Amino acid sequence: MSLIELSHIAKHYTMGDQTVKALDDVSLSIAANEFIGFIGASGSGKSTMMNILGCLDSPTLGEYYLNGTDVAQLPESRLAEIRNKEIGFIFQSFNLLPRASALQNVMQPLIYRGFSLATRKTLAIEALEKVGLDTRANHLPNELSGGQRQRVAIARALVTRPSILLADEPTGNLDSQTTKDIMALFDQLHKEGQTIIMVTHEPEIAAHCLRTVTMKDGKVLRDQHA
Amino acid sequence: MHSFIESFRSAILSIRAHGFRSFLTTLGIVIGVASVIAVVSVVQGLSYSINSEFENLGSNTLTVRAHTPLKEALKGKIAKITLQDYQDIKERINDIDAITPIVTGFGKIREVKFGSQIEVSNVIGTNSNYRSVNSLYMSEGRFLTFSDEKKRRRVAVIGQSLITTLSLPESPIGEYIQVGGEWFKIIGVTESKGEIFGIDQDNILFIPFSTIQSLIGRQSSFQMDIQLSLTNLDSLTPVQKRISNILRTNHDLAPEQPDDFKIQTAEQLRSSFTSIIDSITIVLGGIVSISLLVGGIGIMNIMLVSVTERTREIGICKAIGAKRHHILLQFLIESVVLSLFGGLIGILIGFGLGSFAAAIIPNFPAANVPLWAIAVAFGFSAAIGVLFGIIPAAKAANLKPIDALRYE
Repeated sequence: MSLIELSHIAKHYTMGDQTVKALDDVSLSIAANEFIGFIGASGSGKSTMMNILGCLDSPTLGEYYLNGTDVAQLPESRLAEIRNKEIGFIFQSFNLLPRASALQNVMQPLIYRGFSLATRKTLAIEALEKVGLDTRANHLPNELSGGQRQRVAIARALVTRPSILLADEPTGNLDSQTTKDIMALFDQLHKEGQTIIMVTHEPEIAAHCLRTVTMKDGKVLRDQHA
Repeated sequence: MHSFIESFRSAILSIRAHGFRSFLTTLGIVIGVASVIAVVSVVQGLSYSINSEFENLGSNTLTVRAHTPLKEALKGKIAKITLQDYQDIKERINDIDAITPIVTGFGKIREVKFGSQIEVSNVIGTNSNYRSVNSLYMSEGRFLTFSDEKKRRRVAVIGQSLITTLSLPESPIGEYIQVGGEWFKIIGVTESKGEIFGIDQDNILFIPFSTIQSLIGRQSSFQMDIQLSLTNLDSLTPVQKRISNILRTNHDLAPEQPDDFKIQTAEQLRSSFTSIIDSITIVLGGIVSISLLVGGIGIMNIMLVSVTERTREIGICKAIGAKRHHILLQFLIESVVLSLFGGLIGILIGFGLGSFAAAIIPNFPAANVPLWAIAVAFGFSAAIGVLFGIIPAAKAANLKPIDALRYE
């Protein structure tokens, strides 16, 4: 059984008396240790795809098996658990907590696991070491550069040892040199066995992915392996 | 448990991050709690001093006074304790240790004059037993005696205040003053009794019972109270019963008619005072509690602002696995900490205000903050934190992660 199994997933929004189909009958399966990129123009449904894969949103129709469990219609509290344990989010705008230091940001997801402070600290420092930022652990996000912030965010995503790393335009706010560094980090994580799902509209980023899924009007247009 | 500590830490952090705003928010609670504590401490101080006043009146003392039921009062009737009642009680009841009539002067008999100074005073006609029944002490001279009473002497015992208001010499024994137009010789000065409810207890003058009778005149009837102390505390109830029988017979009351008098023990007198004080406490406390309510609304308002400001943060926390209760707890703790902090400062300020008020009002008893008032103020502010924090906290907790993350 593959890690992710989507079958006939649809997401409909009602706007006035019109129904917008953000996702329209998408079936897809993703195996462990894949490095997959969703590409497409804005409005193609790739962000909705991301939200559903990340359990931030529930599909209107269809089934979503993650590690063998159907998560499509789970209540919010169960989804919170799944987000905490199975999924590591990386956002375009980093989304770090502004008043918490890098270390505290990385420790944050572990709070919801009920880990003790000592355990949280050990795991968080380990994750920061992995992204090469253990020396700046006590800095606040606004004291860090864009690339460093995104590394903190990656460390935060990794610290829970999730099944999938979900990155939404991870380099959208970064300059070209930093983009290269961050993408190198993703390549390395993939080599270590991490499953990575990425949404992007930049072809050079998509080039790192071993599989690209092109979306259009809520449907899968192309699904190709590199 | 770890997540609870973290919620607490994060609440403190965000209160400190908006130091001035948090301070202004708690100010409502500070003012509310401070005024509750100040009012309660002053009123309770008053009650404490009244209670100690009543301790002078022994527990084996009975007071008989006229009481007109409302229905009768509406018909224009006024109940009276008469001289006949006094004599009957005195002669027909055995267990009495000391009995004293108390007649309060009225009209012209309230005017006390020395030289050109005229003062309206509380003129009381009584006998030598008054002093022992009421634990009255002399600072100078002597009290009324049996022979003053018997010989209808024109002698007066005065309270401390009259020395100053009438410009009497410092040692006024032997001076002559006029009461109700008649000359009286001062034979004694009583010890100071202070004030109750701001009423001077030392603006008082005692003359013999027989003398006040002659001042009033035989024709006009007068208002009289009777105080008596018993030889034996066990006979309290039977004596009360017998006095009641005598008075009902004397006043020609039919069996269905209510008593037109009250026979009260010192304990009953005190509890009626205490119940007055308690109502004052509740009414004043209630009024100032409104400011607590206003303070609570202030907290709710700022918490709602805070939730809106931090919508994105809430979204991030939810995306990385925060459940509903994690977010709820964090905001709830924040509002409870805010209001408890305000409560704590309020208690301190309130106590200070109460003590200050008691100190600057002359003769006012010291402020007394009962422990229950502190507990109530503390509990109340915690409750306000929960009550007014729950709506903003629930609002935060119920945000959909996807909407919260998109919030700009």
